[in-house]
Amino acid sequence: MKDLNIVGKSIPKLDAVNKATGRAEYIQDMEVPGMLFGKILYSRHAHAKIVNINISKAKELPGVKLILTGKEVPGKMRMGFYKDNPPLKSDKVRSFRDEVAAVAATSPEIADKAAKLIDVTYDPLPGVFDPKQAMKKDAPLIHEEHKTNVLRLPWKLHYGNVDAAEKEAAFVAEESFSTTWVTHCCLGTSGAIAEFDHADNLTVWSNTQIPSLAQKDFINALKAMGLKNKKARVIKPCIGGGFGSKLDTYAYEHIAILLAYHAKKPVKILFDRQEEFCATSTRQPAIIGIKQGCDKNGKLVFRDISMILDNGAYTSWGATTPSVMMMPITSLYRVPNVRYSAKCVYTNNTYAQAMRGYGNPQATFAIESNMDMLAGAAGIDPLEFRRINMNQPGDITPQKFSITSCGLKECIDHVVEKLNWHGPKEKGVGVGIASLIHVGGGARIYKSDGCGTMIKVDDYGKIDVFTGATDMGQGADNVIAQIVAQELGVFVEDINVIHSDTDICPWDVGAHASRTTFVAGNSALGAAKKIKQHILKHASELLDVVTENIILQDRVAFAENDSEKKIDIGKILRKAHFSANGNMLMADYFYDPDNENMDKEFKGNLSMAYSFGAHGVRVRVDEHTGKVEILDYVAAHDVGRAINPLLLKGQVYGGVMMGLGYALTEEVILKNGNFMNPNFRDYKILTAKDSVPVQAPIVETIDEQGPYGAKGIGEPGCVPTAPAVANAIYDAVGVRIKDLPITPEKVLAGIMNMTDVVKPEV
Amino acid sequence: MSKQITFTLNGNDLTVNIKEHLTLLELLRENLGLKGTKEGCGSGECGACTVIVNGQAVNACLFLAVEAHGKKITTIEGLAWPDGTLHPIQKSFVENGGIQCGFCSPGMLMSAKALLDENPNPTDEEIKHGLAGNICRCTGYVQILDSVKAVRDSD
Repeated sequence: MKDLNIVGKSIPKLDAVNKATGRAEYIQDMEVPGMLFGKILYSRHAHAKIVNINISKAKELPGVKLILTGKEVPGKMRMGFYKDNPPLKSDKVRSFRDEVAAVAATSPEIADKAAKLIDVTYDPLPGVFDPKQAMKKDAPLIHEEHKTNVLRLPWKLHYGNVDAAEKEAAFVAEESFSTTWVTHCCLGTSGAIAEFDHADNLTVWSNTQIPSLAQKDFINALKAMGLKNKKARVIKPCIGGGFGSKLDTYAYEHIAILLAYHAKKPVKILFDRQEEFCATSTRQPAIIGIKQGCDKNGKLVFRDISMILDNGAYTSWGATTPSVMMMPITSLYRVPNVRYSAKCVYTNNTYAQAMRGYGNPQATFAIESNMDMLAGAAGIDPLEFRRINMNQPGDITPQKFSITSCGLKECIDHVVEKLNWHGPKEKGVGVGIASLIHVGGGARIYKSDGCGTMIKVDDYGKIDVFTGATDMGQGADNVIAQIVAQELGVFVEDINVIHSDTDICPWDVGAHASRTTFVAGNSALGAAKKIKQHILKHASELLDVVTENIILQDRVAFAENDSEKKIDIGKILRKAHFSANGNMLMADYFYDPDNENMDKEFKGNLSMAYSFGAHGVRVRVDEHTGKVEILDYVAAHDVGRAINPLLLKGQVYGGVMMGLGYALTEEVILKNGNFMNPNFRDYKILTAKDSVPVQAPIVETIDEQGPYGAKGIGEPGCVPTAPAVANAIYDAVGVRIKDLPITPEKVLAGIMNMTDVVKPEV
Repeated sequence: MSKQITFTLNGNDLTVNIKEHLTLLELLRENLGLKGTKEGCGSGECGACTVIVNGQAVNACLFLAVEAHGKKITTIEGLAWPDGTLHPIQKSFVENGGIQCGFCSPGMLMSAKALLDENPNPTDEEIKHGLAGNICRCTGYVQILDSVKAVRDSD
């Protein structure tokens, strides 16, 4: 590959100046002429029949234009892939976040006041808040028509023969782990504006990660409302953080649509911080049983995992996280015999959604904690144990994932070196390591894993790139601009990336599965290559040089062997345009990777490439208080190629910090389904004071299928953090923490109960 | 009850009639249309609404607008030079990856400015302390701290 002068460079985020000067426009900042303000009234009970809703007082309040209850919602208007969630509930409420009524008024204050004046009479029902209890025969049913609280989802696989392998295993480690609810805490709260035109076509401004799928959801909502053959347009303002929270459409979006339709006015709904905590979805909590075994040489021979997932009252993508949990379960390290099953169980708790890692952090916490336990049982150093079992390029895993590029070995080496793994440790100090595998080359979860790109070039070499991709702060725009600029020999400032509008931009399945760099990047590259062929053809005629010998660089086309023969790219474009049979350069490309949907046994090459990484951490544990201090952190990632090292490291640093919150401090506290800590005082996300020294070495394996060799990196940074910390704590004080978050109380209780625990050698 | 206040906003003197219960954040965003200052929580916990009042970083969501009377207020819109040249702190955040989704950035930048104005040579710990009231979910703070350190270490 020729020298790269743009790909691989740390070019600042294209929208950073707008954001640094307060110009960037978020949903918070948007107004549509004549718009009303919507407010949602939520349930006062975790589980209750709705007996009556009296809106008379609220209706009389001056400024109130419309009040809707569940009775006005068409029966077919349902959200989530299980379609068990109407935007307003009419018969009963199943959780505290259930929407029971909505107001549209001339100001947010009036809407808020009116919502409080709505008088709802409930007949409380017994609730169930523990998935194990909810599985019992006499448990209250959350959805009576479903007949059982256990969802009918097929999460079960068995490759090889786990029982036989267990009999043969020289060493076995078995344990139970649990992870709790955590939430995205996007700094920009959720919001949407819905507006209908004269012909009942819909426009929704929403900070979504899935513009194309949201468009489809909204079209289905219109159909349910009796509005057939109508158009829905989704416009994304600047997004104040995503992390998976915006991968589904929510009740507030559908309610804004209903209010706007019935009020005949645009309606904006904007969450306050408490709503953002209580009424958006969490990461899926899991109760995990794991057993792994190895032979006398330390080679893994089986892995056996069963899970119970608290689904909450409704079903969003959280219930499908087992499909991604399967990836580390079958394919993190070489393990020939694997069994896995997961049950998702309705409760009266909040329901979960996608969150950075999509099940992988939960599964990896159990696997990597248990790996250390098994290494201990086998008397093998945890580092050596991982080296014995690590994935290698060319592997086909039991789930039929084809491992192409794989830099896991190099990542582990980086951890050892940069953390000074073998260095001396004082009392109370320990080191821990955990690895990860994640999809890095798209993920065929949906029928299509594609992304479209359209490019148009003006007469001066300025290039508009219309992409289906979504930039929510992670830097997708840069990746696309740098790839296109590199390919066409122009500068990044010549590229304008447009990604904000379904009327303008091509289809994309969404900003999920760390797929944007790989899929949108390949799509942009495909379109750029078409444009390049046009430019080269014109340049060849103008310079009288064969196309193969022409280089495009720094806005100039020149002959490789004769630098005198050169012409500005802008001039080429003008000559192409302003001549007989003129030609304006445009191109489109739809890239849908050649990856596979999983079959009935969940086998299939889900991704074109897999990302690997290893995290190492040194901690100090205060034996008197149980407090864990992070002394040093190394997050080594195999990324294929770093298109932009600055932004890539930003993803890793951010992932690590989110992972440390998951490991140590973050927890949604639900008391009988009621959210007890919906604010930043009591929900502890880490601050600058808590920041830790992080090194983020990049391993470049130049994946053959990736754009310029790149693989995805959006999610991996937060995947192995919690088990790395848990393993380090064990190394420091001999306490194995099995439940997240690892609070000082749990560590201290572990230290105090350690009489029958063998302390590791320090 | 309405009250007239006079204050200096981003270098310009301004007189406005406002309701007494209005917060400075509401005054800026709703009455004056300066949408650069963000509301992240409305209760002084996240720092997204940080502005500088008489040299001090304050949460505009907790600051009554009437208290601005007679004071000098700088918001994110007033941070760059009048000719549009970025303030060194803005430039540093842009160049060092201190900005991802950008929602915390206006508040973060104003906290950083107040910190560096008061103490041009803060230690790393002092920088962390100075930004502890501004939550960022994207960056893990590493490149934000790098951005502030780069300004400290320039010249």
